[in-house]
Amino acid sequence: MRIFSKLYIALILSLIYLPMFVLVINSFNQSKYGIKWGGFTTSWYTKLFNNDGLIQAALNSLTVSVIAATAATVIGTLAAVALHRYQFKGKALLSSMVFVAMLTPEIVMAIALLIVFISLGITLGFISLVIAHITFCLPFVIVAVYARLKEFDMRMLNAAKDLGASELRIFIEIILPLILPAVISGWLLSFTLSLDDVIVSAFVTGPGYEILPLKVYSMVKVGVSPEVNAISTLLLVVSLTIVIISQLLIRKDKTQ
Amino acid sequence: MKLNNFTFNCGIFKCLAIGLASLWLTLFVFFPSVLVMITSFLTRDPQNTVALPVNIANYQKAFDPLYLQVFLDSLTMSVLATICCLLIAYPFALAISKLDKRLQAIALFLMIVPFWTNSLVRTYAIQFILGKQGLINKALLALDAIDKPLQLMYTQGAVIIGLCYILLPFMVLPLFSSLEKLDSKLQLAAQDLGANAWQRFWHITIPLTMPGIVAGCLMVLLPSMGMYYIADLLGGAKNLLLGNVIKTQFLNTRDWPFGSAFSVLLMLLLAFMLWLYFRAAKFANKQGGLGDANF
Repeated sequence: MRIFSKLYIALILSLIYLPMFVLVINSFNQSKYGIKWGGFTTSWYTKLFNNDGLIQAALNSLTVSVIAATAATVIGTLAAVALHRYQFKGKALLSSMVFVAMLTPEIVMAIALLIVFISLGITLGFISLVIAHITFCLPFVIVAVYARLKEFDMRMLNAAKDLGASELRIFIEIILPLILPAVISGWLLSFTLSLDDVIVSAFVTGPGYEILPLKVYSMVKVGVSPEVNAISTLLLVVSLTIVIISQLLIRKDKTQ
Repeated sequence: MKLNNFTFNCGIFKCLAIGLASLWLTLFVFFPSVLVMITSFLTRDPQNTVALPVNIANYQKAFDPLYLQVFLDSLTMSVLATICCLLIAYPFALAISKLDKRLQAIALFLMIVPFWTNSLVRTYAIQFILGKQGLINKALLALDAIDKPLQLMYTQGAVIIGLCYILLPFMVLPLFSSLEKLDSKLQLAAQDLGANAWQRFWHITIPLTMPGIVAGCLMVLLPSMGMYYIADLLGGAKNLLLGNVIKTQFLNTRDWPFGSAFSVLLMLLLAFMLWLYFRAAKFANKQGGLGDANF
């Protein structure tokens, strides 16, 4: 019984990683159609780096993701602290909005934001992308930071307050250092979510502002090609690195 | 949330902490949802995308047999994907919950990592397995089980496989978090009373993990209806999922009111399923799943 359950775990995990593994291998395959192994090459990557449109889209994506992740982390961290520490009118409303934002299917959020941007007269492009990305990252940051806040001892905050520390000082000198791992992992996860998003971005971007996931999406729709393999591998490596860092942060933090 | 409440009994920091997020979520979550609802009752207009006469024509159109069929078909796809996911994930989560702590952490880590990686790229990668030149066809051809490659891509089956593949962690995590909380003493007690393994599983494990099961199903079913790129890449250019229908209405046909009506229906479905979830959680009289899934 024991051995069967271990085998089953191994089977599922390898099925999960198999397609990604084949993709990475094929991105170094000289043979254009990936049917047979035609020898090792990095020429698909060279070709990629000479594609100006793709590089521009990647830079645009990085800009949007860094800004969106940073803003979502600031707003989300503050919100998590507020939800954890304070009693205020509308607290239940705020937490239910977080819950709704997290559970709303992306497609619904996408059209809702599109309608808002059009009715507020916000031009579709950079600004609308940043706003949309902050919105779908926000709940994840709040949940991550809130989970961390729940773990630590509240009494030291009361002690600080009794000694006359202001709320801002308590936040900067006590709360922030304690929740920093969760804040950083919140940022990293927002960054990957933003960098990977297709569904919402497809709706809220304008013709003048190309971003990487959408560009890749239009390439991928055509079918398997070596350039797509190469760019997909790069994206995979970027998000894998970030996820591993953030998971290690959480884990290290838990063992302390 | 009244302003005077802020100015009288909170400092700048507290105001900022509460205010920023409240403002953001009101402006970009609450307000948009209201606008979608309003739009769904408006009429399509070639110049301004939407125009007045308020009516329920869009809903009537959505319940027209033609679109009702599309709605039901895409729901069927998502439900099938959810069931497949549950059948694969339950034994998986159960097996993980029985591992010792160190191996458990590793298995969960390996499970969570793809959860955060690019799902578009992972969907694309499935073509290497299911395609005409993919691993399955190559293996079957090599074994002489078939003479010519099977058409696995661009089928409904491929879309269901893709949805399962992308959404599996969403099912595993809530299941695991409720399996982890099971009290092993109950199993021992049942065993003493003569229950066999199957009876123990069916009468103890399943009912007690019901919140996890429902939470996992919700977390797979809801996103699955919107993931139009999986249907585009693996199912060909057919309107297989609700997401494809909504996307076509918004970006191609430019019938925003009708597209909005479809998403309002989707939200109603969501509300109904949340209600079911809280019923199930109450039934098992135990929290687990949605609230504390570890992500």
